[in-house]
Amino acid sequence: MQVIRDDGSLDEKLDAGLSIDDLVALYKAMVRTRIVDDRLERIQRQGRVAFHVGSLGEEAAIIGAAAALRDRDWIVPCYREVGALLWRGYPLQQYIDHMFGNVGDPVHGRQMPDHTFSRAHRYLAVSAPIGTQIPHAVGVAMAAKKRGLDECVGVFFGDGATSSNDFHAAMNFAGVYQSPVLFLCRNNGYAISLPVAQQTASRTIAEKAAGYGITASRVDGNDVLAVHYAVREGVQRAANGAGPTFIELLTYRVGGHSTSDDPRIYRNEAEVDAWREADPIARLRKHLEQRSAWNEELDTDWRTICELEVKDCVRRAEAKPAPELADMFTDVYAEQPWHLREQQGQSLGGPRAEAEED
Amino acid sequence: MTQMNLVQAINSALRGALQEDENVLLIGEDIGSLGGVFRVTQGLREEFGADRVLDTPLSETGILGTAIGMALHGLRPVSEIQFADFIYPGFDQLVSEAAKYRYRTAGEFHVPMVVRTPYGGGIRGGQYHSQSPEALFIHTPGLKVVCPSNPYDAKGLLLEAIRDEDPVIFFEPKRVYRAVKMDVPDTPYTLPLGEAKVVRLGEQVTCLAWGSMLYEAFAAAEEAAKKGVEVEVVDLRTLWPLDIETIVSSVKKTGRLVIVHEAPRTCGFGSELVALITERAFLHLEAPPVRVTGWDTPFPLTHEREYLPLAHRIVPALLETARY
Repeated sequence: MQVIRDDGSLDEKLDAGLSIDDLVALYKAMVRTRIVDDRLERIQRQGRVAFHVGSLGEEAAIIGAAAALRDRDWIVPCYREVGALLWRGYPLQQYIDHMFGNVGDPVHGRQMPDHTFSRAHRYLAVSAPIGTQIPHAVGVAMAAKKRGLDECVGVFFGDGATSSNDFHAAMNFAGVYQSPVLFLCRNNGYAISLPVAQQTASRTIAEKAAGYGITASRVDGNDVLAVHYAVREGVQRAANGAGPTFIELLTYRVGGHSTSDDPRIYRNEAEVDAWREADPIARLRKHLEQRSAWNEELDTDWRTICELEVKDCVRRAEAKPAPELADMFTDVYAEQPWHLREQQGQSLGGPRAEAEED
Repeated sequence: MTQMNLVQAINSALRGALQEDENVLLIGEDIGSLGGVFRVTQGLREEFGADRVLDTPLSETGILGTAIGMALHGLRPVSEIQFADFIYPGFDQLVSEAAKYRYRTAGEFHVPMVVRTPYGGGIRGGQYHSQSPEALFIHTPGLKVVCPSNPYDAKGLLLEAIRDEDPVIFFEPKRVYRAVKMDVPDTPYTLPLGEAKVVRLGEQVTCLAWGSMLYEAFAAAEEAAKKGVEVEVVDLRTLWPLDIETIVSSVKKTGRLVIVHEAPRTCGFGSELVALITERAFLHLEAPPVRVTGWDTPFPLTHEREYLPLAHRIVPALLETARY
């Protein structure tokens, strides 16, 4: 499915009726996310943060889906969806503090960078094992249904996760219990180095849904309005008690899997260049310019604002100290048991490690 | 008060929890219309409905993964894993997700769920219906591990586990599911987690056990008494967090320690108990601590009574430790 045609015009039949302001907001969020990504990648290369997993080229799939969910709906992330969290208004400073694992990091430096969460934004916690979040999403949806809440759940995962046992279990449970959940599969072509053609023998990922009795669609994931349309449709189905929806978002991971990856080893530049041409941000911009809602000057201004914002956040984050060592010993249980009290005392009262050399 | 066996007491606890809190629900394989392969949930689906007692598809990953999601969104799911031996497909969900959710969100999210599972040998179940994997969960920060030995404790501990704000793995000693009967209050009550119980007083040897092996330890202590050795038997009840004070004070009194468990010896919970007690009571010890355990083999069928640390193996360990 495509809504924004290659020439920038809209397929009227599929126009979700978003206002110009809505479209500009989507555009700005996509640009902002890309600039944040870009800045984080640079400072990771400089050794200032340990790691980053970005969303270059996948902004439409992530932010388009987040925008189509209602505020009360839950987002269950994989690890590449911080754009969705920022879309919901999560403070950028808090995210950058987390990237540095400093005292402002909501999780006290316990997690690798890009492991975000926020109850206030109805965004569950990122974890690194692949696919484990998918059954959680079904459980949250089952709970919402049982409690009579008009909520649904959008769960993100990549093409690689469709090979995990958790994916199959979750799809099956969602089908059996008709849970109000949207399976948002970002098919970005690769699971680290493995191309999707070697991940599965099925012709499309979407067709897997049929095996679980789940309605599925296949959407141009670089077309933010197509993503929005399909996800909004899924939300309505869920709200009407029609159960789960599977949406395959066809996109491409233009960057590496993470800053630890070197994609030049396993794919050629020509392939990447072709996808750069299909850039989701350029596509929406073309449409906005056709409607005279955006121009070069506005674009330059917005990019400058975003650059300054993220640089400022980085500057502040770097000035913050590390979290307290004692924070390492809390939140294992609701109440700290004796053995952790004892170990905390041993650690705090014991010798300190030398600082690691950069 | 009603005379109940373990199955009935656990059923009574689940009924009480379902009555008390509309957010409690049960989820597992064959627990609804069948009432569970051990009938622990018998009658509950009829009483509370299919949306509170969920028969699930056959996937431990699905059961535990969706239960985590439910717990994250206001429910208190009590999962049944049909046999502890079958928990491993869902192990990742317990270890990577349930155990770590509070820590990795600095308390913003937590997972109040209970996983009930029958464990242990002695029912001629061979290697896949007899295992005792408690140490795997004790080794995982963020999980609590409970293993009652009798109907009264089982009901009180299970109700407390369901009210607990952290994930609890609740091992049920299936060998004695129907073998022990005692008076159990019909109404709900709780017993605190983390409290061991001295079930037999003695001055010469401390014997630690839990679950179905508690009865073997007790029988062995009675046998030893006939030979003039008075054994103090402690039922751990909650394996983690451990009641360190009760067990250390008993060992300080007796100076001698025998630990009994069904699981394989190497890196079994007995190893940790020996370490913890030795660190705290080294100068009180009059003999090397002894572990009477399952052997380091997969659980056998024909020779299960030689694999299990039954009284015939515990008695000599107690006597030798007393004489050391």
